[in-house]
Amino acid sequence: MTGLEDLYKEVILDHYRSPRNKGELPTPPAIMEEGFNPLCGDDVKVYVILEDKVIKEIRIGGQGCSISQASASMMTESVLGKTLDEAKEVFERFKKMMSSHENDLNSAESSLDETPSSLGDLEALKGVVKYPVRIKCATLGWNTFDQIIDSVEN
Amino acid sequence: MSKSIFDPQVIKKEFPLLERSVNDNPIVYLDSAATSQKPIEVIERMNDYYKEINANVHRGAYHIAELATEEVEETRRKVHRFINSNSEKEIIFTKNATEAINLVSYSWARSQLTDGDVILLSSLEHHSNIVPWQQLSSERDIEIRWIPITHDGQLDLDNIDELLKGVKLLCVTAVSNALGTINPVKKLVEAAHKVGALCLVDACQSTPHFETDVTDLGADFIAFSGHKMCGPTGIGVLWGRLEILENMPPFLGGGEMILNVTSDGFTANELPWKFEAGTPPIAEIIGLGVAISYLEKIGMGAIREHEQKLTSYALQMLNDRFGNDLIIHGPQNPIDRSGVLSLSYRDVHPHDLSQVLDQYGVCVRAGHHCCKPLMKLMGLNATARASLYIYNDESDIDVLADAINEAGKIFA
Repeated sequence: MTGLEDLYKEVILDHYRSPRNKGELPTPPAIMEEGFNPLCGDDVKVYVILEDKVIKEIRIGGQGCSISQASASMMTESVLGKTLDEAKEVFERFKKMMSSHENDLNSAESSLDETPSSLGDLEALKGVVKYPVRIKCATLGWNTFDQIIDSVEN
Repeated sequence: MSKSIFDPQVIKKEFPLLERSVNDNPIVYLDSAATSQKPIEVIERMNDYYKEINANVHRGAYHIAELATEEVEETRRKVHRFINSNSEKEIIFTKNATEAINLVSYSWARSQLTDGDVILLSSLEHHSNIVPWQQLSSERDIEIRWIPITHDGQLDLDNIDELLKGVKLLCVTAVSNALGTINPVKKLVEAAHKVGALCLVDACQSTPHFETDVTDLGADFIAFSGHKMCGPTGIGVLWGRLEILENMPPFLGGGEMILNVTSDGFTANELPWKFEAGTPPIAEIIGLGVAISYLEKIGMGAIREHEQKLTSYALQMLNDRFGNDLIIHGPQNPIDRSGVLSLSYRDVHPHDLSQVLDQYGVCVRAGHHCCKPLMKLMGLNATARASLYIYNDESDIDVLADAINEAGKIFA
């Protein structure tokens, strides 16, 4: 393999092969939102059970490519047990990483290192910004999760 | 005999884009079902138009305007000959095939169809031959019915007589862009006419690859795009039978499509200009004319022969090399299909497969190919589609196979 190491990091492939929190939850009590990537037909369903605005359970349904599936899997790990506000904060940081230009990668890395709470496994997705078409894959689960936050808050 | 005329190595050299590299590998372009590459003569002629005779058409009574108008109308005559229509008045230039189909939907269907009428679609249609009819059926009580498919992606015509009951319009693609299935269009046209229905043929995936003869086909409308047949984007064609076109109201209103305008109203222009409102894409029309001459020079028969041979090679070689790991959807017999290879490789997602292929310079399309209803019937979410054309040869298929193998290593 040449040149794809930045995209298909081992941790991404691991989440793709063994997705965490995959499945469905009964609605209600769970809230479900569905997101589509019209470009490739991928769809993702995010199920969340909240208790006092804390994410008690989360599941990912639907299907998609390695990047969308791995990103959604990592998302579940990074937001489970957090409050919605804390989850939103992670999402903001993730979005920032996804919108950084390829040339900013190195500086983005240092600024991420300085922040007290790292993005953990999610940082493996940093290489996706080199492949603009795939950014939509990486953010599909997150944007769907964001719809849940919106529906709870409004 | 065909070898002396047809040599993909020689043809390849006529397409400047195919000289470039992608990710340090020579490009292997296998996405001609989405758009074909353009031969140098098309590109240069379009440039020359802007450099030498750029003027609006059908208006100016000066030399370069006359030259530009003549080139546009010469292309119309070329299209007329190329598809063997009855009259050049039957050739309407549109932006693309999608606009051509919408023209039929807005002008013919909205003036002819009423509540209770039925439109029959094949399950192999592209969204462009589905959505305009769904838009219509959301406005009126018009039923949309579907011709089912067999497991290998061919139309299942066992109940066609039943399906055609009450049908006013049959819409069918000549060749499936997602699977490569060649449909028995002539037979379908005959069946449609028997019940008094018209037939619209989406010819986007057939005009670039084999001979189109609308007189022999007997259809009522065909739509195709220039950019899939070596021409530029932004130019498509609607062909319709003269007597039908004559009775259709104009679609878009504006300049060019009128004979006279007063403060009280307008009189529509004659065919074909009645359907060509506004300044047309002049350079693109001229480019399409050059593309047609280019294809005619090679010969549509030779093109089909080459693609069929190459498709046979690809089916055989990929099957030998990957066995059950690689599924090539659609008809298995090369006679029943065009050079479209819709692939599923193990459980590697098509997006990931095409990403790895890109690393090796191989351009394929991943996704649902604008055929979501078909994909659902096939039980698929997406495939990776490799599609062949005149400039492809066996070495391109070999590179494709090597790159698929590399994807297998990453997603082992």
